[in-house]
Amino acid sequence: MSTQMVEVPPKGGFSFDLCRRNAMLAKKSEGAKAPSFRKTGTTIVGLIFQDGVILGADTRATEGPIVADKNCEKIHYIAPNIYCCGAGTAADTEAVTDMVSSQLQLHRYHTSRESRVVTALTLLKRHLFNYQGYVQAALVLGGVDVTGPHLHTIYPHGSTDTLPFATMGSGSLAAMSVFEDKFKEGLTREEGIKLVTEAICAGIFNDLGSGSNVDVCVITKGDKEYLRNHLMPNPRTYVSEKGYTFPKKTEVLLTKITPLKETEEIPEARDDMEE
Amino acid sequence: MDLGLNEEHSMGTTIIGVTYNGGVVLGADSRTSTGMYVANRASDKITQLTDNVYVCRSGSAADSQIVSDYVRYFLHQHTIQLGQPATVKVAANLVRLLAYNNKNMLQTGLIVGGWDKYEGGKIYGIPLGGTIIEQPFAIGGSGSSYLYGFFDQAWKEGMTQEEAEQLVVKAVSLAIARDGASGGVVRTVTIDAEGVKRKFYPGDELPLWHEELQPQNSLLDILNASSPEPMNI
Repeated sequence: MSTQMVEVPPKGGFSFDLCRRNAMLAKKSEGAKAPSFRKTGTTIVGLIFQDGVILGADTRATEGPIVADKNCEKIHYIAPNIYCCGAGTAADTEAVTDMVSSQLQLHRYHTSRESRVVTALTLLKRHLFNYQGYVQAALVLGGVDVTGPHLHTIYPHGSTDTLPFATMGSGSLAAMSVFEDKFKEGLTREEGIKLVTEAICAGIFNDLGSGSNVDVCVITKGDKEYLRNHLMPNPRTYVSEKGYTFPKKTEVLLTKITPLKETEEIPEARDDMEE
Repeated sequence: MDLGLNEEHSMGTTIIGVTYNGGVVLGADSRTSTGMYVANRASDKITQLTDNVYVCRSGSAADSQIVSDYVRYFLHQHTIQLGQPATVKVAANLVRLLAYNNKNMLQTGLIVGGWDKYEGGKIYGIPLGGTIIEQPFAIGGSGSSYLYGFFDQAWKEGMTQEEAEQLVVKAVSLAIARDGASGGVVRTVTIDAEGVKRKFYPGDELPLWHEELQPQNSLLDILNASSPEPMNI
């Protein structure tokens, strides 16, 4: 029934097929540049423990190969009892979480009730599906409401999964390996925070797109705790105590200041006759 | 090594729907993949549309979830207006209308199955393109390619509930053994006049097939044996 074919996995190693063609293109149109790719550098995780939900994220924001922000915040506020980690295009995750957060605020005023995680989930997935994956936001949504603790993953095309533990982003494989090894149901708060930190550290140290510090957010019934920079395993070492001084290179010989003056046009005396 | 992590979330899948004497059994594996990475190894591909009608989803995860959400909503309205539980035929046709009218944009194959008091247990297959076909059994997903021959041989009319469940579990586990995009656990949903029963078969309880079996009478065992034993063929 499926029209998909079974794909052969790509062979390892560099494929030299297109090198000649790329070289020709670069020479031909005065250096037509190859398109650069933007990796979704991030490790975000979530897990359900005995009292609620713990979310974790790294803090590196990348622009291609450059670290744009060494300490950004990837755990976004959705509601007092719901937080959302975002991977993908930073603008998309910020905008979509802010949008849903304000929609939920209005909904709370309308219904006089605490927001539910499935409401946030449906609002997010409808929006992302409507944009057919062009809003590149991969989210880990977690929270505790009247129906209990919930953890969901939302993919850019709008599909969702409900899981007891989840990871997303370029470092998700490294973090998932830690979770698959050590996760069990009914973790305590300390065990949960430790496991989340370990998973994020696995992403930070093994994935080029993730780095810097670990942010953790613990949500329980009626209470939330946002542990910003819970762990900082990448401090700036070898800072010089002397400080930095820059030697003078150019010696000043003479200083002359001429204030700007109004110049007046004086018509010069003319001999020729005027009518 | 490009795992294709930024590809769309799709369900390689094996989905099956089978009628038996008195109801239907729906079965599916639990693997959802993004490119070559397993995004969810324990997903539930059998979703509820009404109390008595369920749907097996395959293909794009986002597309199939959205279609099920819309059909659940329409069926809910329909049930209120009708005043009694919706029939399987109506549910399947609602799915078919969405799949056919949006065929350019959707990539999802579905199997709708359920029980109603007029027709009993019914299975409707709705593959890519939006055809609707009522069948005594239906298979779908990438793993179904390996099951056509199996069903031609193993299917028979008027099975009991146990026979039908065993058939579904056996078929899904065979497909899992051969299809890379199917895996994880086997979930089944049995719907009859009494109601709905969900069953779960973890990966290590499934029957083993072919190369997965331990080798018997291997040459190494014979060589390592203390006293030479005659081989039994």
